[in-house]
Amino acid sequence: MLTLLLILLPIAAGVITLLAGERMAKQLALVGGLASLGVAVFTWLQFDPAAGSQFGFKYAWVASGGISFAAGIDGISLLLVLLTTFLTPLIILSAFKNEYKNPAAFYSLILFMEAALIGVFTATDAFLFYLFFEAALIPVYFLAAIWGGENRIRVTFKFFIYTIFGSLFMFVALVYLYYQTPGTHTSEIAAFYQLQLSPAAQGYVFWAFFIAFAIKMPLFPFHTWQPDTYTESPTAATMLLSGIMLKMGVYGLIRLLLPIVPMGMEQWGFLAMILSVIGIIYGSIIAIQQSDMKTLIAYSSFAHVGLMAAGVFSSSLNGLQGALIQMLAHGINVIGLFFIVDIIYSRTKTRYLDQLGGITQSTPHLSVYFMVLLLGSVALPLTNGFVGEFLLLSSVFQYKGWLGAVAGLTIILGSVYMLRLFQKSMFGPKSKWVEGFQDLTASERAVLLPLVIMVFWIGIYPSTFLKITEPAVNQLLQLVNN
Amino acid sequence: MYPIILLSVFGVLTLFLGFSKSKNILLPSTLLFLAIALGSNFVDWGKGPFLYFYDMLRVDNLTLAFNGIVLISAFMIVAISGGFQDNADAEPAEYYGLMLFSLVGAIMMIGFDHLIMLFIGVEILSVAMYVLTGSNKRNLRSNEAALKYFLMGAFATGFMLFGMTLLYGATGSFQLVAIQGFASNMSAASQSYIFYAGLLLLLIGMLFKVSAAPFHFWTPDVYEGAPTIFTTFMSTIVKTAGFAALFRLLNHSFAIYNFWWIVIAVIAVLTLLVGNIGATSQNSFKRMLAYSGISHAGYLLIALTALSKPTQNAIIFYSLAYSLSTIAAFGVLMLVSKEKTIEGQPNERYEAFNGLARQNPLLAFVLAVAMLSLAGIPLTAGFWGKFFIFTSAAERGIMWITVIAVLMSTVGIYYYFRVIISSYFKEGDTVKIRVAPFYQIILVLATFLTILFGLAPGIFEKLI
Repeated sequence: MLTLLLILLPIAAGVITLLAGERMAKQLALVGGLASLGVAVFTWLQFDPAAGSQFGFKYAWVASGGISFAAGIDGISLLLVLLTTFLTPLIILSAFKNEYKNPAAFYSLILFMEAALIGVFTATDAFLFYLFFEAALIPVYFLAAIWGGENRIRVTFKFFIYTIFGSLFMFVALVYLYYQTPGTHTSEIAAFYQLQLSPAAQGYVFWAFFIAFAIKMPLFPFHTWQPDTYTESPTAATMLLSGIMLKMGVYGLIRLLLPIVPMGMEQWGFLAMILSVIGIIYGSIIAIQQSDMKTLIAYSSFAHVGLMAAGVFSSSLNGLQGALIQMLAHGINVIGLFFIVDIIYSRTKTRYLDQLGGITQSTPHLSVYFMVLLLGSVALPLTNGFVGEFLLLSSVFQYKGWLGAVAGLTIILGSVYMLRLFQKSMFGPKSKWVEGFQDLTASERAVLLPLVIMVFWIGIYPSTFLKITEPAVNQLLQLVNN
Repeated sequence: MYPIILLSVFGVLTLFLGFSKSKNILLPSTLLFLAIALGSNFVDWGKGPFLYFYDMLRVDNLTLAFNGIVLISAFMIVAISGGFQDNADAEPAEYYGLMLFSLVGAIMMIGFDHLIMLFIGVEILSVAMYVLTGSNKRNLRSNEAALKYFLMGAFATGFMLFGMTLLYGATGSFQLVAIQGFASNMSAASQSYIFYAGLLLLLIGMLFKVSAAPFHFWTPDVYEGAPTIFTTFMSTIVKTAGFAALFRLLNHSFAIYNFWWIVIAVIAVLTLLVGNIGATSQNSFKRMLAYSGISHAGYLLIALTALSKPTQNAIIFYSLAYSLSTIAAFGVLMLVSKEKTIEGQPNERYEAFNGLARQNPLLAFVLAVAMLSLAGIPLTAGFWGKFFIFTSAAERGIMWITVIAVLMSTVGIYYYFRVIISSYFKEGDTVKIRVAPFYQIILVLATFLTILFGLAPGIFEKLI
């Protein structure tokens, strides 16, 4: 029942926020977000990694069709639920300093989004998964299109159509799989694992899933919606998109694609791997060229997710564990970085690197936080990025040595664009835009401090999190290898 | 059967009520009549099947379910039809009378068990619709629409009658049971080409009524020209009744499924393409909804193509979901276009909706939910409608057609979202849009049901 509580709590908090009106919206939303975090941590304490799916519930939904409203939490789900509930209050808190018109709607949409994301990560019924997968789009679409930048309408529209286009293919695949289940049919994901599909059918299903998740993440060459959307959205929406929503795609690969169509993986996995690796290099090279800080981080995110996908496609323990821990790390780093960009933008009114410079001179705190998150992102040892990237690269290397070598360039390219970002904005002579730049306020520190603590926690002692997922990943790999 | 008798009597009564000085009595009385008819419809629930009128009309749960959808739609449409009061030229008594009569036709089409009954039903429904389309007497577009609809409709009726004649020639009976028997006894050696030709011609006539491509050319002009309230009537009730009739017809010709499925499949794909691609290039919201009506006919045809176990529920659920959203969409359109006029004519373009979320948040929300449902986004009834349609195709193993449908759904999002973008993200003027309380209740009811069925489609399943 804890799962149901986890899904319903943000919805309830969102409705209360919406009804409470303008003045209390922020505070109520924050309380709602923290309450969800509390429940998630409680779940974590109760959780037994070896016991498979727990805290579940199951209600008949379309009874005659064997479709049920069912969810539960296993190790993989728990990690992502923790990520979601940890980041959501921070996202809400990070929006405090900006004045938004109609704040009640703004904050309640963030909470609705949280509910949908938790739903995606916990659903054990394929159609419930799909429902949440699509439903998550609606709040973030409105967030981006109402409170976004100048080109918001055109850009978010492209984003919406693009991602729906992908998920509809997954829908067809799910309907197909549903009809392959024996008897009166069932749409439990676990039942889909047992299907014995022909190799040709597996190929089709593979591509249907691949397109859906590749657009969501996004992978090369389906990424064209991403930089514009990240840049034009309000920072809170960008954080939701990059910090959490992107993980829906990786999660989908792990939960559905790998175990349902292992033979499809054999046929097409190599091609998918190549696309992922191209994405890593391509994203990094474009990131080096960017002068808009937000776009730069968007491309860095695109590069990182390519590596996660490559790890998943290697279908090895290291690859999957690496992808999972990297999802956690990436969520933390990218949200921190987007927040810092937002801080800089709100004070200087510019995001362009050639107009910035010399911020360090008056801002010791900001510089330290920025540096730590940035080093986490370039995978310095003892920071969170290192663990994931190490596992991922080793898995790609085992898969194909030369691919590992190419993917390994990400470490070098990553440091190039990230250090360039830091150098151009923080060091150098003080530009006229950064006159009178104030250091962090208390509420900004309240967002950044937990993030930085997590950077070190995961970097120094990753097994807290790795051991949550390990049994579930092993179980999954058994399915794949059979 | 009760609704047929009651509605005929009520129709005549309504015409007499027109003699009274006060026109205000007509709307409540018509609503009352419809409520009575709706109640009487479910007297036979779960008891059937019964055959009436010399075995020409079949009453079973399928019939009653479709009747229910048609009558509920009619109730909602009549409830939001207050616009006549302002128009000096209007003859409300005749309109309400014709609507009631046309419902008799619709119910005959739904329950027919005999081709003559089908023909009478189609004609009663169509003739009433021809008149109602042209009911805006001083408006050129309305006149043009009525003439177009009538001429094209007359042709389609001709095809239909010819088809029935051939079927009679081949089988010697108008009874569906006899036709079904004939079809199942037909072997490869004894194929009757007259039978095939008859079935095809009859299908053409019916497909015209539900505006499937390539028989759709009348739809955009007629939908646009007709007064919006009757466009709503046409796009919901005529379509539901048409698909109920098609389902019954094809269900009885099941023995020769291999013959007709490819015909329907091709028409379904064509309809989807024409409807969706046509809708993208429209500037008028009303005209877009006409094309959207065509595209939804395409989705329903997919379910017919498959004709598998889930098809029946798929068609019922889809018709209901589509009717609810369409009524809500047209309902909002009527309110908005009345407030914002261009040269005295209602403004039905997308721009009319600019800034609606500020002017009237409730209407904007109703419209947004209706559009999401028509686009088939989860958490709305429209999603489950599409879901059941796709499952019926998957049950039959025709996956390729669902891939096309999915591609066209993506196109659909493009044009449905344009109006959401207008109402939520664009700035408009600050006209206040007033809504009568009862009108508002109907819109909220449609929205509520759309979301309820979207969250819990199981409720609906229990009802059937």
